[in-house]
Amino acid sequence: MSVTPLVEFENLTVRFRGERTVHAINGLNLSLQPGEMLALLGESGSGKSVTLKTLLRLLPPRRSELEGGIRVNGTDVMSLSGQALANHRGGDVSMIFQEPALALDPVYTVGEQIAETVMRHKGVSRSAAMDVALDMLTRVRIPSPERRLKNYPHEMSGGMRQRAMIALALSCRPKLLLADEPTTALDATVQIQILLLLRELQQEFGMGVIFVTHDIGVAVEVSDRIAVMYAGNLVETGSTADVIKDPRHPYTKGLLAANLHGAVKGQRLDAIPGSPPALERAPDACSFAERCSHATDRCRSALPPVVNVSGQHQVTCVLEAENV
Amino acid sequence: MFAYLIRRLVYVLPVAIGVSIICFLLVHIAPGDPLTAIMPVDATQEEQAAMRSAYGLDKPLPVQYAIWIGKAVTGDLGKSIATGRPVAQEVFSAVKNSLLLAFTASVIAFPIGLLLGFIAGYYRDTIIDRLVTACAITGVSVPNYWLGIVFVIVFSVQLGWLPSMGAGPGGSGQWAWDYAHIRHLILPSVTLAVVPIGIVARTVRALVGDIFSMDFVQALYAKGMRHGDVLRHVIRNAAPTALSVMGLQLGYLLGGSILIETVFNWPGSGFLLSNAIFQRDLPLLQGTILVLALFFVSMNLIVDVAQAAIDPRIKRS
Ligand SMILES: Nc1ncnc2c1ncn2[C@@H]1O[C@H](COP(=O)(O)OP(=O)(O)OP(=O)(O)O)[C@@H](O)[C@H]1O
Ligand code: SF4
Ligand SMILES: [Mg+2]
Repeated sequence: MSVTPLVEFENLTVRFRGERTVHAINGLNLSLQPGEMLALLGESGSGKSVTLKTLLRLLPPRRSELEGGIRVNGTDVMSLSGQALANHRGGDVSMIFQEPALALDPVYTVGEQIAETVMRHKGVSRSAAMDVALDMLTRVRIPSPERRLKNYPHEMSGGMRQRAMIALALSCRPKLLLADEPTTALDATVQIQILLLLRELQQEFGMGVIFVTHDIGVAVEVSDRIAVMYAGNLVETGSTADVIKDPRHPYTKGLLAANLHGAVKGQRLDAIPGSPPALERAPDACSFAERCSHATDRCRSALPPVVNVSGQHQVTCVLEAENV
Repeated sequence: MFAYLIRRLVYVLPVAIGVSIICFLLVHIAPGDPLTAIMPVDATQEEQAAMRSAYGLDKPLPVQYAIWIGKAVTGDLGKSIATGRPVAQEVFSAVKNSLLLAFTASVIAFPIGLLLGFIAGYYRDTIIDRLVTACAITGVSVPNYWLGIVFVIVFSVQLGWLPSMGAGPGGSGQWAWDYAHIRHLILPSVTLAVVPIGIVARTVRALVGDIFSMDFVQALYAKGMRHGDVLRHVIRNAAPTALSVMGLQLGYLLGGSILIETVFNWPGSGFLLSNAIFQRDLPLLQGTILVLALFFVSMNLIVDVAQAAIDPRIKRS
């Protein structure tokens, strides 16, 4: 393909310094095409949120060390600073959070919070920004939007707040939307509505979307592509259909077995026995080896290779290398 | 908002009545006969009885209360046993002096406390924070009358820069905004400001530190807001609580500090109260306590209403 990818991670490494060093991301390679919707799956602590935050450079600068390349729409995100970084945040790339009740400022109205974002990025007047806010609330289908504009976050229901958060995130027409478990905090019925809304707006605005979820059912429902993370790296990526029908990595298989077949929808990804490794050292072998029933000496002695199963379907596992 | 105000005012009424009953009873329950302080030691039984009935002290308590409160609402708090002057007049002039001291101390304390607290909260867990916190704790823990005495020794006795006693040439009745009077205000108000500086700084530090670690701050950065905008959000979140802390501190200051006013011979309500206690001046004591207690009640009311006005999270309906 000759199109510039919307997002390109090149060998991304993230370490947190502190009492203990945490190797949160270890050499991640991933790209996203414009208009594509990618679901990021993985257990708690696998580095999904950290990956999203690097795209906005939201990690605490003093305590985190980043290496490798991050490009959004050709822009080198790693080298952004000051004004350019502030323009990037919320302008080109915006984010919606798991808990809209916490991510919205409790003492400003929803309208004010959307409007200030628009004023900040588009340099328009306050009343023009309020018009945009109203339009956005209408687009996310909040009933009686004029009235809701003047609501404080605590005056709305959880689903309504997340709609407002989406309206805020999309108000400056970003090319890339990041959604960190956007529906986890919501009731099951509201979850589906919000996801369908996101999908619809994504297609309407032609945005790329990366969303984090613990729910494979959700990933299947709305995503074009799935990326499975484990201990700070990708273990498998591919089109949603490929990954679901033909999972290759033992971890992905475990996840699917535990969650798809006869399992309750909405269950979290924790049904594989064992626990992920501590991230104290950079990995020098397959991180999944301790929990993998196929593990051999080769898995424990070197990093497993990344194998192309088919066009877009890649697996990081020794088994696949042997099959080829 | 208006309905809220009315409702709060209605609530205040029973509180005020309760406060007045407590003021009245406290003074009566306290041991000691108020007459002993003013009667000659060799006064006869008859003379004592005459005095008692002159001040209405021979009537049953509920009747005494009814008479007292009935007059009090018309502004008549009786006459001081010790000086014979109307209590209302004494209290009025003392409260005016205490207010002067309290407002001056607040004007010194609040900006400093807010600024220190904000800086410490902003730089939480750094050396700056520890320095500010240490100062704040010292300010709160050092007994302020002792500090007052140290100030007197240093600035009045040794350096001779500032006076140590009284409210200036006009005496307790006349205040004027000229240097001759203001120099009398400096030491007591600075001394009085130390504790509120510490309390406001510590509260604001914890508040601002907590707000900075809240998710919405990261969300503000995530949508590209500049540092100044984020500070505006943080300040607006901190404002209601900071305001209520300052309101309560102002309430304490308005009550007049018995110790500070005694150290500096400042003719305020604290000073008056201590005189009333030592002289067992019953009407003066009751009147002073009543006025101060009602002050607290109104202060709380004002703080609550102001907080509701600026904090959308407080339900007003
Ligand atoms: N600011 C930070 N400082 C230190 N360590 C961090 C920080 N943020 C994340 N980590 C660590 O990085 C690792 C990855 O965290 P991350 O939040 O990306 O996980 P996640 O996949 O989003 O998990 P979850 O599903 O629970 O949200 C974890 O071990 C976490 O403790
Ligand atoms: S590399 Fe080895 S241990 Fe790792 S997933 Fe593949 S088979 Fe299992
Ligand atoms: Mg997360």
